[in-house]
Amino acid sequence: MSEGMGNGRSWVNKTIAAIPPSGIRRFFDLVAEMKGVISLGVGEPDFVTPWHIREACFYSLEKGYTMYTSNYGLLELREEIVADLGKNYGISYDPKQEILVTVGVSEAIDLAFRAILEPDDEVIVPEPCYVSYNPCVIMAGGKPVNVTTKVEEGFRVRARDIEPLITPKTKAILLCYPNNPTGGVMTRDVALELAELAQKHDLLILSDEVYAHLTYEGEHICFAALPGMQERTVLLNGFSKAYAMTGWRLGYAAGPHEIIQAMMKIHQFTMLCAPITAQKAAIEALRHGENERRKMCEEYNRRRRLFVKGLNDMGLTCFEPKGAFYAFPAVGITGMTSLEFSEQLLKEEKVAVVPGDAFGSFGEGYVRCSYASSMENLQEALIRMGRFVQRHRH
Amino acid sequence: MQEILELLERNDRLTPAEIAVMLGMSEEDVKTKIAELEADKVIINYRAMVNWERAGVEKVNALIEVKVIPQRDVGFDEIAERIYRFPEVKSVFLMSGAYDLMVLVEGTTMKEVALFVSQKLATIYNVQSTATHFVLKKYKLEGVIMEGKEEVERLVVTP
Repeated sequence: MSEGMGNGRSWVNKTIAAIPPSGIRRFFDLVAEMKGVISLGVGEPDFVTPWHIREACFYSLEKGYTMYTSNYGLLELREEIVADLGKNYGISYDPKQEILVTVGVSEAIDLAFRAILEPDDEVIVPEPCYVSYNPCVIMAGGKPVNVTTKVEEGFRVRARDIEPLITPKTKAILLCYPNNPTGGVMTRDVALELAELAQKHDLLILSDEVYAHLTYEGEHICFAALPGMQERTVLLNGFSKAYAMTGWRLGYAAGPHEIIQAMMKIHQFTMLCAPITAQKAAIEALRHGENERRKMCEEYNRRRRLFVKGLNDMGLTCFEPKGAFYAFPAVGITGMTSLEFSEQLLKEEKVAVVPGDAFGSFGEGYVRCSYASSMENLQEALIRMGRFVQRHRH
Repeated sequence: MQEILELLERNDRLTPAEIAVMLGMSEEDVKTKIAELEADKVIINYRAMVNWERAGVEKVNALIEVKVIPQRDVGFDEIAERIYRFPEVKSVFLMSGAYDLMVLVEGTTMKEVALFVSQKLATIYNVQSTATHFVLKKYKLEGVIMEGKEEVERLVVTP
């Protein structure tokens, strides 16, 4: 935001300059210098990618797969993605026209906004939410319109809360269930209301379902599989969370050909294609990864039960998360703000959590704790947090 | 039930209370289940896995291939029993393929193990032949990597 370097001219685009840095990033700098910290601030699995997937990657390198792929991604991978979606949700896509393999879901989100938004088009973004949605809408020239989700509603956004915000400029609703940072999941009833709303106002649904496989109770609701919704849903998913493949940077979008083609146009001029090595590994993940994926999911579920009970026992009221790997307890009992709580907890007990306001102003009053950490770490973190709350409760 | 077993197989120090929370069961139910599993000999033992090398204690392990002549009515069982009764013998498996019994023996010196094989094992009636292979290094034991844990550095805070 520095104005007037030297000759008074600012080189940075005003829109970019106006976007605040990620709240998570700020906190990261604080934690990075400390030693002996138990970090519950990590939004990625603590598992290493299953060995058979890594091994498939080595094999692909040995065989000399080091070239570009189709802009859309390897057809073999797109076919596996289509088969997987068919198996899980009973929906069918054309692998040649309706799937785009991207560099992580992050890229897919960015592409989707850039592909659909006219200047000043509005996108409904429920908060608290993942840190990139609002900035991506703004960078694509659009305007995010935030709507708060409530703990009483399981952090599910309701059609009746969205409807008053709809204007002629509204183009899409961004949804993310299972949710980062709250761990909330979607239910069929609420999803059907949202689907009806989208149809009534002719809106597009962008559904980030990267945590779909990490659903612990009930079934995951895939928006594209709801009646009449496939034609107005861009389904975004990837390999990071379910297969512990964050660093491979591999995701995909599935949706109507028109939109996928538009996204591909941007992708081909910016990324060209996702790395072939990661794509080869992803094929292995989809073909043979189910067993390992389930094992990891069961382990998260055990940690979830243990950790959430521990939080509630110490007096940090915690909504029961049914998906992803986050607990989102309220810290009001200490009389502190999210940031104060997080900073004090780090200083006094060396446990890192992420202040809820990093995920939008509606996250104030909460902190995000990731339970993608070993059982021993979680147990030790609970002891330390318990001491902390005991000292500071009002 | 399988989940309880899997948890205990990985860490037998988990308390019934901890298991109950992790699996969303009551502590009483977990206790009852474990007692049943113990009574049924599904759970046959609880004990620590020791890396003796790190403890600085000299132990010699050997894998011995044993060819035997199976006996009428009892097959391999009787001779297997004669072998596994020796305290030096840690494990005995009946194998398919080039030999019949795989015997894992532990001792303090190579000489001691070699003598055990030549004097005790090889001389058992119906043992045709033995072949001894000494263990030089253990990389992974019962699913646990012995040294060089996979310590991967994640960033401390990420979205």
